[in-house]
Amino acid sequence: MSTVLPDQLGHFGRFGGRFMPEALIAPLDELTKAWQEAMADKEFTDEFERMLREYIGAPSLLYDATRLSDVAGARILLKREDLNHTGAHKIRNAIGQALLTKRMGKTRVIAETGAGQHGVATATACAYLDLECVVYMGEVDTERQALNVARMKLLGAEVISVKTGSRTLKDAINEALRDWVASVDKTHYILGTAAGSHPFPAMVRDFVRGIGDEAREQSLELLGKLPDAAVASVGGGSNAIGLFAAFIPDTDVKLYGIEPGGDGFETGRHAATITAGQVGVLHGARSFLLQDEDGQTMESHSISAGLDYPGVGPEHAWLAETGRASYRPITDAEAMEAFRLLSRTEGIIPAIESAHAVAGALDIAKELGPEATILINLSGRGDKDMDTAVSWFGLIDGEAAGRE
Amino acid sequence: MSELVALGKAGAAIRKANADGRGALVGYLPAGYPSYDGGIDGIKAMIDGGVDVIEIGLPYSDPVMDGPTIQRATEIARAAGLRTRDVLSTVEKVASYSDVPVLVMTYWNPIERYGVDRFAADFAGVGGAGLITPDLIPDEGAEWIAAADKNELDKVFLVSPSSTDERIKLTTAACRGFVYATAVMGVTGARETPSDLAPPLVERTKAVTGIPVGVGLGVSNGDQAAAIAAYADAVIVGSALVKAAADGPAAVRALTEELAEGVRREPSAAAGR
Ligand SMILES: Cc1ncc(COP(=O)(O)O)c(C=O)c1O
Repeated sequence: MSTVLPDQLGHFGRFGGRFMPEALIAPLDELTKAWQEAMADKEFTDEFERMLREYIGAPSLLYDATRLSDVAGARILLKREDLNHTGAHKIRNAIGQALLTKRMGKTRVIAETGAGQHGVATATACAYLDLECVVYMGEVDTERQALNVARMKLLGAEVISVKTGSRTLKDAINEALRDWVASVDKTHYILGTAAGSHPFPAMVRDFVRGIGDEAREQSLELLGKLPDAAVASVGGGSNAIGLFAAFIPDTDVKLYGIEPGGDGFETGRHAATITAGQVGVLHGARSFLLQDEDGQTMESHSISAGLDYPGVGPEHAWLAETGRASYRPITDAEAMEAFRLLSRTEGIIPAIESAHAVAGALDIAKELGPEATILINLSGRGDKDMDTAVSWFGLIDGEAAGRE
Repeated sequence: MSELVALGKAGAAIRKANADGRGALVGYLPAGYPSYDGGIDGIKAMIDGGVDVIEIGLPYSDPVMDGPTIQRATEIARAAGLRTRDVLSTVEKVASYSDVPVLVMTYWNPIERYGVDRFAADFAGVGGAGLITPDLIPDEGAEWIAAADKNELDKVFLVSPSSTDERIKLTTAACRGFVYATAVMGVTGARETPSDLAPPLVERTKAVTGIPVGVGLGVSNGDQAAAIAAYADAVIVGSALVKAAADGPAAVRALTEELAEGVRREPSAAAGR
């Protein structure tokens, strides 16, 4: 079913589409055509696969997490996207779109970033493929993520601090779109997640779907069958759709998206868009979003900067509405507990985004029972999150006995 | 025949100006800026200064088509607590002040959230003439088009220098009132130099439609207004008026008068017809 989606105008059922200024419609049409032609051109896909293999280290390992499995009470497999070059799944999309930028004959790339993970991935892809790179980042985030700003600069990117609106990720997207309207002749906008207007949700899915394609094959090899469930965290939705895409036709495989529950979604301080948002239009597509009574976007809250976004990609809205995938929140506290658990049981420090998926999987393991095999997308590594971990666990100023 | 219908309220006002041998002037200010009452006074000052069509902005959290001037003004309005219902009451007060048609320029989500049908009915009820929708293309606009038709509201969609001829045709066919031609590839904001993209866009647009063509983005003074009136039916001014609004209604009125003089200079496209 979903493999034929979206339709020509980018609709997944009533979700998706193009809610964009007319000025960008012709460029989006051109992009759609370029992407579709590229995906049908073996030379392009071979080159993309070569880069994934030789530059980012794909296929990433499928790891049988036996000690975590003991604690979880079900067999847990980790798709090790944290081992990719630059430390997360995001590089797959950045490389794919950068290669497409080259093919379109454009010389300049812009991107938005929240935590800095996509900004670093894009700056890396641009250094690798010799493209000019400008990254928009909310002023609040440039302060929270100073190290990633330094990484991007070292890689040759210009980082522009966005001082409008809430000065976070959604405003960085707004500013990137404003740049793009004025520069689209020479510039491609590498959006960092499977959201936005057509063709971005489907195009980003194409570039990250290797996660699930690889994991499906690796599962068959390891288990002789498919896993019972696939679990991923959901910010805008790229690592989740990257994992899910291969399994959507396998209706026996349950799909779970884990949303950032922040302080608990009953407190209103969260970013659980599908669980607690309503249908609306943001950044070019109809989907679920966090909005007030007047349709003004609300600020989201999550301990994980990469999940802290008030919208979500339209294909997830569709998968939720049709029931093919289910979405549930995990709080900051639950995610940090899983962050520590994975570090201690397996010696793997995950990104806090990915720790949400681990925490979700612990609950799912209880529901599915000891015979179940659960595949988790470990979307990134936790080095970038050490500051957060230090203050959460009190790691430096003596022992935080209460949390031990 | 169908031409007559597509003129709507804003188009009729533009054609009336054109019949007088001049370009029409369309003025924009956001509701609630610099304050709720101050916003209404500013809009009335545009009317007193001689605009032919009013455009009231609905402040929105994520205005991707707007440059810094309008972003800041709408942030101030929202920070003071402006609600959609306050925009409607602003429309009501302005519509009862004169016969000048009152359009609202709005990003799509606030309308969708209000309920498209309900908004169209309430908006028509307070005397609103129609909507300008910068992030809604006709391809996604079926619900709005139906609601606007039911309530006899103008539907102003945008064309851009990047639009193909085919898209210009599709877009203008869906418009009532006028079509908004964006003079530059970029966001709102006053600009020094005239756009060389606007004249060919207007020419391509006029080749496929008889609906009035308004040109906006970047116009800030009487000379620029005169230059655009030489080839377009209406001149749309936003950011420059927003800047003036910071100094109060007298400044808005003075700038409007300058712009109104600009669209009356020879040769205007209307005078040449
Ligand atoms: C490691 C990691 N996982 C997940 C995400 C969330 O994004 P998405 O939902 O697009 O996968 C991010 C975003 O920065 C990330 O860095």
